[in-house]
Amino acid sequence: MTEFLQQLVNGLSLGAIYALIALGYTMVYGVLRFINFAHSEVFMVGAMIAWKLGQYLPNGTLWGGLVVLAAAMAGCAVLGVTIERLVYRPLRGTATLNVLITAIGVSLLLQSVFQHPRVFGATPQLFPAVFPSKNFTFGGLAISSNQLVVITVAALLIVVLQLVIFRTRMGRAMRAVALNPSAAQLVGVNLNAVISFTFALGSALAGAGGVLYALNYPSVEPLMGVMPGLKAFVAAVLGGIGSIPGAALGGLILGTIETLVGGSATLSTYKDAIAFAVLIFILLCRPTGLLGRAATEKV
Amino acid sequence: MLTVTNLSVSYGAINAVDGVSFAVPAGAIVTLIGGNGAGKTTTLRALSGLLRARGGSVTFDSADITRLPPHEIVACGLGHVPEGRMIFANLTVDENLAMGAYLQRDRQRIAESRDYVFGIFPRLAERLRQSAGTLSGGEQQMLAIGRALMGRPKFLMLDEPSLGLAPRLVGTIFDQIQEINRSHGLTILLVEQNARLALEVSSHAHVLETGRIVISGPSTELRTDPRLKTAYLG
Repeated sequence: MTEFLQQLVNGLSLGAIYALIALGYTMVYGVLRFINFAHSEVFMVGAMIAWKLGQYLPNGTLWGGLVVLAAAMAGCAVLGVTIERLVYRPLRGTATLNVLITAIGVSLLLQSVFQHPRVFGATPQLFPAVFPSKNFTFGGLAISSNQLVVITVAALLIVVLQLVIFRTRMGRAMRAVALNPSAAQLVGVNLNAVISFTFALGSALAGAGGVLYALNYPSVEPLMGVMPGLKAFVAAVLGGIGSIPGAALGGLILGTIETLVGGSATLSTYKDAIAFAVLIFILLCRPTGLLGRAATEKV
Repeated sequence: MLTVTNLSVSYGAINAVDGVSFAVPAGAIVTLIGGNGAGKTTTLRALSGLLRARGGSVTFDSADITRLPPHEIVACGLGHVPEGRMIFANLTVDENLAMGAYLQRDRQRIAESRDYVFGIFPRLAERLRQSAGTLSGGEQQMLAIGRALMGRPKFLMLDEPSLGLAPRLVGTIFDQIQEINRSHGLTILLVEQNARLALEVSSHAHVLETGRIVISGPSTELRTDPRLKTAYLG
Protein backbone atom coordinates (compact mmCIF):
# COMPACT_ATOMS: atom_id res chain seq x y z
CA MET A 1 0.00 0.00 0.00
CA THR A 2 2.76 2.43 0.95
CA GLU A 3 4.52 1.50 -2.24
CA PHE A 4 1.35 2.28 -4.20
CA LEU A 5 0.86 5.66 -2.47
CA GLN A 6 4.51 6.47 -3.04
CA GLN A 7 4.16 5.82 -6.76
CA LEU A 8 0.95 7.81 -6.79
CA VAL A 9 2.77 10.85 -5.37
CA ASN A 10 5.57 10.40 -7.91
CA GLY A 11 2.96 10.01 -10.62
CA LEU A 12 1.14 13.16 -9.62
CA SER A 13 4.28 15.25 -9.80
CA LEU A 14 5.15 13.87 -13.23
CA GLY A 15 1.52 14.24 -14.32
CA ALA A 16 1.47 17.86 -13.15
CA ILE A 17 4.36 18.59 -15.51
CA TYR A 18 2.62 16.85 -18.41
CA ALA A 19 -0.48 18.85 -17.59
CA LEU A 20 1.41 22.15 -17.80
CA ILE A 21 2.78 21.29 -21.24
CA ALA A 22 -0.53 19.82 -22.43
CA LEU A 23 -2.31 23.10 -21.62
CA GLY A 24 -0.22 24.89 -24.24
CA TYR A 25 -1.05 22.35 -26.93
CA THR A 26 -4.71 22.49 -26.16
CA MET A 27 -4.98 26.29 -25.95
CA VAL A 28 -3.24 26.82 -29.28
CA TYR A 29 -5.43 24.13 -30.81
CA GLY A 30 -8.47 25.85 -29.35
CA VAL A 31 -7.87 29.16 -31.09
CA LEU A 32 -6.02 28.06 -34.25
CA ARG A 33 -7.08 24.43 -34.76
CA PHE A 34 -3.55 23.25 -35.27
CA ILE A 35 -0.96 21.36 -33.22
CA ASN A 36 2.09 23.41 -32.41
CA PHE A 37 4.78 20.74 -32.64
CA ALA A 38 7.45 23.24 -31.64
CA HIS A 39 5.86 23.37 -28.20
CA SER A 40 8.13 20.62 -26.84
CA GLU A 41 11.16 22.72 -27.80
CA VAL A 42 9.73 25.72 -25.98
CA PHE A 43 9.66 23.42 -22.95
CA MET A 44 13.33 22.56 -23.58
CA VAL A 45 14.28 26.23 -23.92
CA GLY A 46 12.56 26.91 -20.58
CA ALA A 47 14.82 24.35 -18.92
CA MET A 48 17.86 25.82 -20.72
CA ILE A 49 17.12 29.36 -19.53
CA ALA A 50 16.81 28.06 -15.98
CA TRP A 51 20.01 26.03 -16.32
CA LYS A 52 21.95 29.09 -17.50
CA LEU A 53 20.51 31.46 -14.92
CA GLY A 54 20.93 28.86 -12.15
CA GLN A 55 24.69 29.14 -12.59
CA TYR A 56 24.68 32.81 -11.60
CA LEU A 57 22.22 32.69 -8.73
CA PRO A 58 22.86 31.21 -5.29
CA ASN A 59 21.37 27.72 -5.35
CA GLY A 60 19.04 26.20 -2.82
CA THR A 61 17.02 29.32 -2.00
CA LEU A 62 13.33 29.74 -2.55
CA TRP A 63 13.63 33.25 -3.99
CA GLY A 64 16.40 32.11 -6.34
CA GLY A 65 14.23 29.25 -7.55
CA LEU A 66 11.28 31.54 -8.12
CA VAL A 67 13.41 34.06 -10.01
CA VAL A 68 14.69 31.27 -12.26
CA LEU A 69 11.15 30.01 -12.78
CA ALA A 70 9.80 33.46 -13.61
CA ALA A 71 12.67 34.16 -16.01
CA ALA A 72 12.15 30.86 -17.83
CA MET A 73 8.42 31.55 -18.14
CA ALA A 74 8.99 35.08 -19.44
CA GLY A 75 11.67 33.91 -21.89
CA CYS A 76 9.42 31.17 -23.22
CA ALA A 77 6.47 33.54 -23.56
CA VAL A 78 8.61 35.80 -25.75
CA LEU A 79 9.87 32.81 -27.74
CA GLY A 80 6.34 31.47 -28.33
CA VAL A 81 5.00 34.85 -29.45
CA THR A 82 8.02 35.32 -31.73
CA ILE A 83 7.58 31.90 -33.37
CA GLU A 84 3.91 32.63 -34.01
CA ARG A 85 4.61 36.11 -35.36
CA LEU A 86 7.48 35.12 -37.66
CA VAL A 87 6.46 31.66 -38.80
CA TYR A 88 2.81 30.74 -38.24
CA ARG A 89 1.13 34.07 -38.90
CA PRO A 90 2.38 34.44 -42.50
CA LEU A 91 1.03 30.92 -43.13
CA ARG A 92 -2.38 31.55 -41.61
CA GLY A 93 -5.14 30.79 -44.07
CA THR A 94 -3.09 28.22 -45.96
CA ALA A 95 -3.73 24.48 -45.65
CA THR A 96 -3.38 23.15 -42.09
CA LEU A 97 -0.89 20.57 -43.27
CA ASN A 98 1.54 23.32 -44.36
CA VAL A 99 1.45 24.88 -40.91
CA LEU A 100 1.87 21.48 -39.22
CA ILE A 101 4.93 20.62 -41.27
CA THR A 102 6.35 24.08 -40.61
CA ALA A 103 5.83 23.51 -36.89
CA ILE A 104 7.86 20.31 -37.11
CA GLY A 105 10.50 22.34 -38.96
CA VAL A 106 10.65 24.92 -36.16
CA SER A 107 10.95 22.10 -33.67
CA LEU A 108 13.92 20.54 -35.50
CA LEU A 109 15.50 23.96 -35.98
CA LEU A 110 15.44 24.70 -32.26
CA GLN A 111 16.88 21.27 -31.43
CA SER A 112 19.69 21.73 -33.93
CA VAL A 113 20.51 25.27 -32.83
CA PHE A 114 20.89 24.09 -29.24
CA GLN A 115 23.02 21.13 -30.35
CA HIS A 116 25.58 23.56 -31.72
CA PRO A 117 28.60 23.56 -29.37
CA ARG A 118 28.59 27.37 -29.18
CA VAL A 119 25.01 27.37 -27.96
CA PHE A 120 24.79 24.30 -25.74
CA GLY A 121 26.16 21.19 -27.40
CA ALA A 122 24.88 17.63 -27.46
CA THR A 123 26.15 16.51 -24.03
CA PRO A 124 23.64 16.50 -21.18
CA GLN A 125 24.53 18.88 -18.35
CA LEU A 126 23.65 18.69 -14.70
CA PHE A 127 20.75 20.96 -13.75
CA PRO A 128 21.56 23.10 -10.69
CA ALA A 129 19.46 22.65 -7.56
CA VAL A 130 17.83 26.05 -7.82
CA PHE A 131 15.19 25.33 -5.19
CA PRO A 132 16.03 24.24 -1.63
CA SER A 133 16.09 20.47 -1.51
CA LYS A 134 15.02 18.43 1.47
CA ASN A 135 13.36 15.08 1.88
CA PHE A 136 10.35 14.60 4.07
CA THR A 137 8.84 11.37 5.25
CA PHE A 138 5.19 11.04 6.11
CA GLY A 139 4.54 7.57 7.49
CA GLY A 140 6.39 5.46 5.00
CA LEU A 141 6.10 8.02 2.18
CA ALA A 142 9.20 9.82 0.98
CA ILE A 143 8.41 13.17 -0.57
CA SER A 144 11.11 15.49 -1.81
CA SER A 145 10.79 19.24 -1.62
CA ASN A 146 11.20 19.27 -5.40
CA GLN A 147 8.06 17.19 -5.78
CA LEU A 148 6.23 19.60 -3.50
CA VAL A 149 7.48 22.53 -5.58
CA VAL A 150 6.30 20.81 -8.77
CA ILE A 151 2.83 20.03 -7.45
CA THR A 152 2.35 23.43 -5.78
CA VAL A 153 3.60 25.47 -8.72
CA ALA A 154 1.61 23.44 -11.25
CA ALA A 155 -1.57 23.67 -9.19
CA LEU A 156 -1.14 27.44 -8.71
CA LEU A 157 -0.49 28.02 -12.41
CA ILE A 158 -3.55 26.01 -13.40
CA VAL A 159 -5.72 28.02 -10.99
CA VAL A 160 -4.28 31.29 -12.33
CA LEU A 161 -4.93 30.10 -15.88
CA GLN A 162 -8.56 29.34 -15.04
CA LEU A 163 -8.92 32.84 -13.56
CA VAL A 164 -7.37 34.42 -16.63
CA ILE A 165 -9.66 32.50 -18.96
CA PHE A 166 -12.90 32.93 -17.04
CA ARG A 167 -12.45 36.26 -15.27
CA THR A 168 -10.56 38.56 -17.63
CA ARG A 169 -11.52 40.38 -20.80
CA MET A 170 -8.72 38.69 -22.73
CA GLY A 171 -9.93 35.32 -21.44
CA ARG A 172 -13.43 36.03 -22.73
CA ALA A 173 -11.94 36.97 -26.07
CA MET A 174 -9.96 33.71 -26.14
CA ARG A 175 -13.05 31.67 -25.47
CA ALA A 176 -14.97 33.54 -28.15
CA VAL A 177 -12.22 32.91 -30.71
CA ALA A 178 -12.12 29.23 -29.77
CA LEU A 179 -15.89 28.98 -30.33
CA ASN A 180 -16.05 30.95 -33.58
CA PRO A 181 -13.20 33.15 -34.85
CA SER A 182 -15.34 35.10 -37.34
CA ALA A 183 -18.09 35.83 -34.84
CA ALA A 184 -15.48 36.87 -32.28
CA GLN A 185 -14.02 39.37 -34.72
CA LEU A 186 -17.48 40.73 -35.50
CA VAL A 187 -18.03 41.65 -31.85
CA GLY A 188 -14.72 43.51 -31.89
CA VAL A 189 -12.16 40.94 -30.73
CA ASN A 190 -8.65 41.60 -32.03
CA LEU A 191 -7.76 38.19 -33.44
CA ASN A 192 -4.01 38.71 -33.67
CA ALA A 193 -3.81 39.98 -30.10
CA VAL A 194 -5.72 36.94 -28.85
CA ILE A 195 -3.47 34.56 -30.77
CA SER A 196 -0.30 36.24 -29.48
CA PHE A 197 -1.67 36.17 -25.96
CA THR A 198 -2.52 32.47 -26.27
CA PHE A 199 0.99 31.65 -27.44
CA ALA A 200 2.49 33.72 -24.60
CA LEU A 201 0.35 31.96 -22.01
CA GLY A 202 0.87 28.44 -23.37
CA SER A 203 4.61 28.93 -23.83
CA ALA A 204 5.04 30.36 -20.33
CA LEU A 205 3.37 27.23 -18.93
CA ALA A 206 5.65 25.03 -21.04
CA GLY A 207 8.64 27.02 -19.73
CA ALA A 208 7.50 26.39 -16.16
CA GLY A 209 7.07 22.72 -17.08
CA GLY A 210 10.64 22.64 -18.40
CA VAL A 211 12.08 24.02 -15.17
CA LEU A 212 10.04 21.68 -12.99
CA TYR A 213 10.96 18.67 -15.13
CA ALA A 214 14.65 19.52 -14.99
CA LEU A 215 14.42 19.87 -11.21
CA ASN A 216 13.22 16.29 -10.82
CA TYR A 217 15.40 14.68 -13.49
CA PRO A 218 18.37 16.92 -12.93
CA SER A 219 19.89 17.16 -16.38
CA VAL A 220 19.28 19.24 -19.50
CA GLU A 221 20.03 18.57 -23.17
CA PRO A 222 18.63 19.77 -26.50
CA LEU A 223 16.45 16.70 -27.11
CA MET A 224 14.96 16.64 -23.62
CA GLY A 225 11.66 18.06 -24.87
CA VAL A 226 10.87 15.30 -27.32
CA MET A 227 9.47 12.59 -25.04
CA PRO A 228 7.72 14.82 -22.48
CA GLY A 229 6.34 16.88 -25.39
CA LEU A 230 4.94 13.80 -27.06
CA LYS A 231 3.46 12.53 -23.80
CA ALA A 232 1.89 15.91 -23.11
CA PHE A 233 0.43 15.94 -26.59
CA VAL A 234 -1.02 12.51 -25.86
CA ALA A 235 -2.37 13.87 -22.58
CA ALA A 236 -4.05 16.76 -24.39
CA VAL A 237 -5.69 14.39 -26.87
CA LEU A 238 -6.63 11.99 -24.09
CA GLY A 239 -8.39 14.74 -22.16
CA GLY A 240 -10.06 16.08 -25.31
CA ILE A 241 -8.02 18.46 -27.45
CA GLY A 242 -9.24 22.04 -27.03
CA SER A 243 -10.49 21.38 -23.49
CA ILE A 244 -8.46 23.01 -20.72
CA PRO A 245 -9.65 20.88 -17.80
CA GLY A 246 -9.22 17.93 -20.18
CA ALA A 247 -5.54 18.72 -20.69
CA ALA A 248 -4.95 18.96 -16.95
CA LEU A 249 -6.80 15.71 -16.31
CA GLY A 250 -5.09 13.93 -19.21
CA GLY A 251 -1.67 14.98 -17.90
CA LEU A 252 -2.37 13.69 -14.42
CA ILE A 253 -3.76 10.38 -15.69
CA LEU A 254 -0.87 9.79 -18.04
CA GLY A 255 1.79 10.68 -15.46
CA THR A 256 0.17 8.45 -12.85
CA ILE A 257 -0.21 5.46 -15.15
CA GLU A 258 3.34 5.82 -16.39
CA THR A 259 4.77 5.95 -12.88
CA LEU A 260 2.62 3.14 -11.52
CA VAL A 261 3.58 0.87 -14.40
CA GLY A 262 7.20 2.00 -14.21
CA GLY A 263 7.27 1.12 -10.51
CA SER A 264 6.25 -2.46 -11.07
CA ALA A 265 9.18 -4.82 -11.50
CA THR A 266 7.64 -6.92 -14.27
CA LEU A 267 6.07 -4.21 -16.42
CA SER A 268 8.46 -1.29 -16.09
CA THR A 269 10.06 -1.83 -19.50
CA TYR A 270 6.64 -1.43 -21.08
CA LYS A 271 5.66 1.82 -19.35
CA ASP A 272 5.54 3.93 -22.52
CA ALA A 273 3.78 1.17 -24.46
CA ILE A 274 1.15 0.87 -21.75
CA ALA A 275 0.68 4.65 -21.54
CA PHE A 276 0.03 4.82 -25.28
CA ALA A 277 -2.19 1.72 -25.17
CA VAL A 278 -4.36 3.56 -22.65
CA LEU A 279 -4.60 6.45 -25.09
CA ILE A 280 -5.70 4.17 -27.89
CA PHE A 281 -8.25 2.46 -25.66
CA ILE A 282 -9.75 5.74 -24.40
CA LEU A 283 -9.94 7.18 -27.91
CA LEU A 284 -11.65 4.02 -29.15
CA CYS A 285 -14.30 4.42 -26.45
CA ARG A 286 -14.50 8.22 -26.56
CA PRO A 287 -13.16 9.59 -29.87
CA THR A 288 -13.33 13.20 -28.62
CA GLY A 289 -11.26 12.42 -25.50
CA LEU A 290 -12.40 12.38 -21.89
CA LEU A 291 -13.74 15.94 -21.68
CA GLY A 292 -13.76 16.87 -25.36
CA ARG A 293 -16.95 17.93 -27.06
CA ALA A 294 -17.92 17.03 -30.57
CA ALA A 295 -18.56 20.20 -32.52
CA THR A 296 -22.17 20.37 -33.61
CA GLU A 297 -23.65 23.14 -35.64
CA LYS A 298 -27.29 23.95 -35.88
CA VAL A 299 -28.56 25.09 -39.25
CA MET B 1 -22.94 57.07 -44.65
CA LEU B 2 -21.30 54.11 -46.39
CA THR B 3 -19.80 54.39 -49.84
CA VAL B 4 -18.47 51.38 -51.71
CA THR B 5 -16.41 52.17 -54.79
CA ASN B 6 -15.34 49.59 -57.31
CA LEU B 7 -14.95 46.86 -54.67
CA SER B 8 -13.37 43.59 -55.83
CA VAL B 9 -12.80 40.47 -53.78
CA SER B 10 -11.32 37.23 -55.03
CA TYR B 11 -10.82 33.71 -53.73
CA GLY B 12 -7.60 32.67 -55.42
CA ALA B 13 -8.18 33.20 -59.13
CA ILE B 14 -11.96 33.51 -58.85
CA ASN B 15 -13.43 36.99 -58.67
CA ALA B 16 -16.35 36.61 -56.30
CA VAL B 17 -17.04 40.35 -56.29
CA ASP B 18 -15.97 42.29 -59.34
CA GLY B 19 -16.07 46.08 -59.25
CA VAL B 20 -19.15 46.70 -57.13
CA SER B 21 -20.15 50.29 -56.30
CA PHE B 22 -23.07 51.52 -54.23
CA ALA B 23 -23.88 53.88 -51.39
CA VAL B 24 -26.04 53.61 -48.30
CA PRO B 25 -27.36 56.99 -47.09
CA ALA B 26 -27.78 57.57 -43.34
CA GLY B 27 -31.10 56.32 -41.97
CA ALA B 28 -31.96 54.20 -45.00
CA ILE B 29 -32.56 50.50 -45.50
CA VAL B 30 -30.75 49.38 -48.62
CA THR B 31 -30.82 45.82 -49.85
CA LEU B 32 -28.60 43.63 -51.98
CA ILE B 33 -30.52 40.84 -53.67
CA GLY B 34 -29.39 38.01 -55.88
CA GLY B 35 -29.18 34.25 -56.13
CA ASN B 36 -26.74 31.81 -54.59
CA GLY B 37 -23.11 32.65 -55.28
CA ALA B 38 -23.89 36.12 -56.62
CA GLY B 39 -21.38 37.65 -54.19
CA LYS B 40 -23.73 39.12 -51.57
CA THR B 41 -22.16 37.50 -48.54
CA THR B 42 -18.66 38.10 -49.90
CA THR B 43 -19.46 41.80 -50.22
CA LEU B 44 -20.60 42.01 -46.59
CA ARG B 45 -17.59 40.06 -45.35
CA ALA B 46 -15.30 42.43 -47.20
CA LEU B 47 -17.09 45.46 -45.73
CA SER B 48 -16.58 44.20 -42.18
CA GLY B 49 -12.94 43.28 -42.86
CA LEU B 50 -13.30 39.49 -42.57
CA LEU B 51 -12.16 39.27 -46.20
CA ARG B 52 -9.53 41.46 -47.77
CA ALA B 53 -10.56 43.55 -50.75
CA ARG B 54 -8.40 43.02 -53.83
CA GLY B 55 -9.34 46.42 -55.19
CA GLY B 56 -11.59 49.40 -54.65
CA SER B 57 -12.42 51.26 -51.48
CA VAL B 58 -14.95 51.46 -48.68
CA THR B 59 -15.62 54.74 -46.87
CA PHE B 60 -17.67 54.86 -43.72
CA ASP B 61 -18.57 58.21 -42.15
CA SER B 62 -16.00 59.77 -44.49
CA ALA B 63 -13.17 57.55 -43.14
CA ASP B 64 -11.45 54.99 -45.35
CA ILE B 65 -11.99 51.58 -43.73
CA THR B 66 -10.94 49.39 -46.66
CA ARG B 67 -7.78 48.02 -45.06
CA LEU B 68 -8.79 48.07 -41.40
CA PRO B 69 -8.94 44.80 -39.42
CA PRO B 70 -12.44 43.66 -38.35
CA HIS B 71 -12.19 44.76 -34.72
CA GLU B 72 -11.36 48.34 -35.75
CA ILE B 73 -14.24 48.40 -38.21
CA VAL B 74 -16.61 47.24 -35.46
CA ALA B 75 -15.22 50.02 -33.28
CA CYS B 76 -16.14 52.53 -36.02
CA GLY B 77 -19.80 51.56 -35.49
CA LEU B 78 -20.36 49.00 -38.21
CA GLY B 79 -22.28 45.93 -37.01
CA HIS B 80 -22.60 42.68 -38.94
CA VAL B 81 -25.09 39.86 -38.35
CA PRO B 82 -23.38 37.12 -40.33
CA GLU B 83 -24.87 34.45 -42.54
CA GLY B 84 -25.69 31.36 -40.52
CA ARG B 85 -26.03 33.56 -37.42
CA MET B 86 -22.74 32.38 -35.84
CA ILE B 87 -23.92 32.66 -32.27
CA PHE B 88 -21.62 31.23 -29.59
CA ALA B 89 -23.46 27.94 -29.22
CA ASN B 90 -21.83 26.80 -25.97
CA LEU B 91 -22.43 30.10 -24.19
CA THR B 92 -25.73 31.15 -22.66
CA VAL B 93 -27.96 33.80 -24.24
CA ASP B 94 -26.79 36.19 -21.53
CA GLU B 95 -23.10 35.51 -22.27
CA ASN B 96 -23.69 35.93 -26.00
CA LEU B 97 -25.18 39.37 -25.40
CA ALA B 98 -22.31 40.24 -23.07
CA MET B 99 -19.86 39.24 -25.82
CA GLY B 100 -21.72 41.57 -28.18
CA ALA B 101 -20.83 44.45 -25.86
CA TYR B 102 -17.15 43.41 -25.87
CA LEU B 103 -15.93 46.87 -26.91
CA GLN B 104 -18.33 48.76 -24.63
CA ARG B 105 -16.82 49.89 -21.33
CA ASP B 106 -19.67 51.83 -19.79
CA ARG B 107 -21.80 49.50 -17.62
CA GLN B 108 -24.71 51.91 -17.60
CA ARG B 109 -24.77 51.98 -21.39
CA ILE B 110 -24.48 48.18 -21.60
CA ALA B 111 -27.49 47.84 -19.28
CA GLU B 112 -29.41 50.25 -21.52
CA SER B 113 -28.49 48.24 -24.60
CA ARG B 114 -29.75 45.07 -22.93
CA ASP B 115 -33.08 46.68 -22.10
CA TYR B 116 -33.32 47.92 -25.66
CA VAL B 117 -32.64 44.43 -27.07
CA PHE B 118 -35.18 42.84 -24.70
CA GLY B 119 -37.70 45.47 -25.79
CA ILE B 120 -37.31 44.35 -29.38
CA PHE B 121 -37.02 40.62 -28.70
CA PRO B 122 -38.78 39.84 -25.39
CA ARG B 123 -38.20 36.15 -26.13
CA LEU B 124 -34.49 36.58 -25.41
CA ALA B 125 -35.21 37.84 -21.89
CA GLU B 126 -37.08 34.59 -21.18
CA ARG B 127 -34.18 32.48 -22.39
CA LEU B 128 -31.28 34.27 -20.65
CA ARG B 129 -29.77 31.26 -18.85
CA GLN B 130 -30.32 28.87 -21.72
CA SER B 131 -27.39 27.66 -23.79
CA ALA B 132 -27.62 29.46 -27.14
CA GLY B 133 -27.15 26.24 -29.13
CA THR B 134 -30.46 24.92 -27.80
CA LEU B 135 -32.50 27.88 -29.09
CA SER B 136 -34.79 27.49 -32.08
CA GLY B 137 -33.62 28.87 -35.43
CA GLY B 138 -35.77 31.99 -35.05
CA GLU B 139 -34.54 32.64 -31.52
CA GLN B 140 -30.96 32.21 -32.67
CA GLN B 141 -31.56 34.83 -35.35
CA MET B 142 -32.99 37.18 -32.71
CA LEU B 143 -29.93 36.54 -30.58
CA ALA B 144 -27.57 37.20 -33.49
CA ILE B 145 -29.27 40.56 -34.14
CA GLY B 146 -29.42 41.31 -30.41
CA ARG B 147 -25.72 40.57 -30.03
CA ALA B 148 -24.87 42.96 -32.87
CA LEU B 149 -27.08 45.67 -31.31
CA MET B 150 -25.22 45.29 -28.00
CA GLY B 151 -22.20 46.77 -29.80
CA ARG B 152 -24.19 50.01 -30.37
CA PRO B 153 -23.64 50.13 -34.12
CA LYS B 154 -24.51 53.16 -36.24
CA PHE B 155 -24.82 50.91 -39.24
CA LEU B 156 -26.03 47.32 -39.32
CA MET B 157 -25.47 44.70 -41.99
CA LEU B 158 -27.84 41.72 -41.98
CA ASP B 159 -26.99 38.63 -43.99
CA GLU B 160 -30.01 36.47 -44.90
CA PRO B 161 -31.99 36.97 -41.68
CA SER B 162 -34.91 34.96 -43.15
CA LEU B 163 -32.85 31.89 -44.02
CA GLY B 164 -34.35 28.66 -42.73
CA LEU B 165 -37.04 30.33 -40.62
CA ALA B 166 -40.75 29.52 -40.46
CA PRO B 167 -42.77 32.11 -42.44
CA ARG B 168 -44.47 33.49 -39.32
CA LEU B 169 -41.09 34.12 -37.70
CA VAL B 170 -39.75 35.77 -40.84
CA GLY B 171 -42.56 38.31 -40.49
CA THR B 172 -41.64 39.00 -36.85
CA ILE B 173 -37.96 39.42 -37.60
CA PHE B 174 -38.60 41.78 -40.51
CA ASP B 175 -41.07 43.87 -38.48
CA GLN B 176 -38.38 44.27 -35.84
CA ILE B 177 -35.72 45.16 -38.42
CA GLN B 178 -37.95 47.99 -39.66
CA GLU B 179 -38.67 49.01 -36.08
CA ILE B 180 -34.94 49.23 -35.27
CA ASN B 181 -34.47 51.39 -38.34
CA ARG B 182 -37.40 53.70 -37.52
CA SER B 183 -37.01 54.11 -33.77
CA HIS B 184 -33.24 54.45 -33.61
CA GLY B 185 -32.50 55.74 -37.07
CA LEU B 186 -30.11 52.82 -37.49
CA THR B 187 -28.92 52.56 -41.09
CA ILE B 188 -29.31 49.05 -42.48
CA LEU B 189 -27.77 47.09 -45.32
CA LEU B 190 -29.81 43.96 -45.89
CA VAL B 191 -28.77 40.96 -47.92
CA GLU B 192 -31.64 38.69 -48.91
CA GLN B 193 -32.52 35.87 -51.21
CA ASN B 194 -36.18 36.55 -50.59
CA ALA B 195 -36.36 39.48 -53.00
CA ARG B 196 -40.06 40.20 -52.49
CA LEU B 197 -39.58 40.68 -48.77
CA ALA B 198 -36.39 42.68 -49.19
CA LEU B 199 -38.03 45.08 -51.64
CA GLU B 200 -40.94 45.62 -49.26
CA VAL B 201 -38.81 46.91 -46.39
CA SER B 202 -36.04 48.73 -48.26
CA SER B 203 -35.88 52.10 -49.96
CA HIS B 204 -33.19 51.18 -52.48
CA ALA B 205 -32.08 47.88 -53.93
CA HIS B 206 -29.17 46.53 -55.95
CA VAL B 207 -29.28 43.23 -57.79
CA LEU B 208 -26.05 41.23 -57.84
CA GLU B 209 -25.27 38.63 -60.46
CA THR B 210 -21.94 36.78 -60.59
CA GLY B 211 -20.15 39.47 -58.63
CA ARG B 212 -21.51 42.51 -60.47
CA ILE B 213 -24.39 44.89 -59.83
CA VAL B 214 -26.73 44.48 -62.81
CA ILE B 215 -29.80 46.46 -61.72
CA SER B 216 -30.11 49.33 -59.21
CA GLY B 217 -32.98 51.56 -58.25
CA PRO B 218 -35.64 52.57 -55.75
CA SER B 219 -37.33 49.47 -54.32
CA THR B 220 -40.80 50.65 -55.33
CA GLU B 221 -39.71 50.67 -58.97
CA LEU B 222 -37.87 47.37 -58.82
CA ARG B 223 -40.93 45.67 -57.37
CA THR B 224 -42.59 45.99 -60.76
CA ASP B 225 -39.47 45.76 -62.89
CA PRO B 226 -40.03 43.05 -65.52
CA ARG B 227 -36.36 41.99 -65.39
CA LEU B 228 -36.72 41.07 -61.72
CA LYS B 229 -40.11 39.55 -62.13
CA THR B 230 -38.95 36.48 -64.03
CA ALA B 231 -35.70 35.78 -62.20
CA TYR B 232 -36.32 36.79 -58.59
CA LEU B 233 -39.95 37.51 -57.89
CA GLY B 234 -41.32 34.33 -59.48
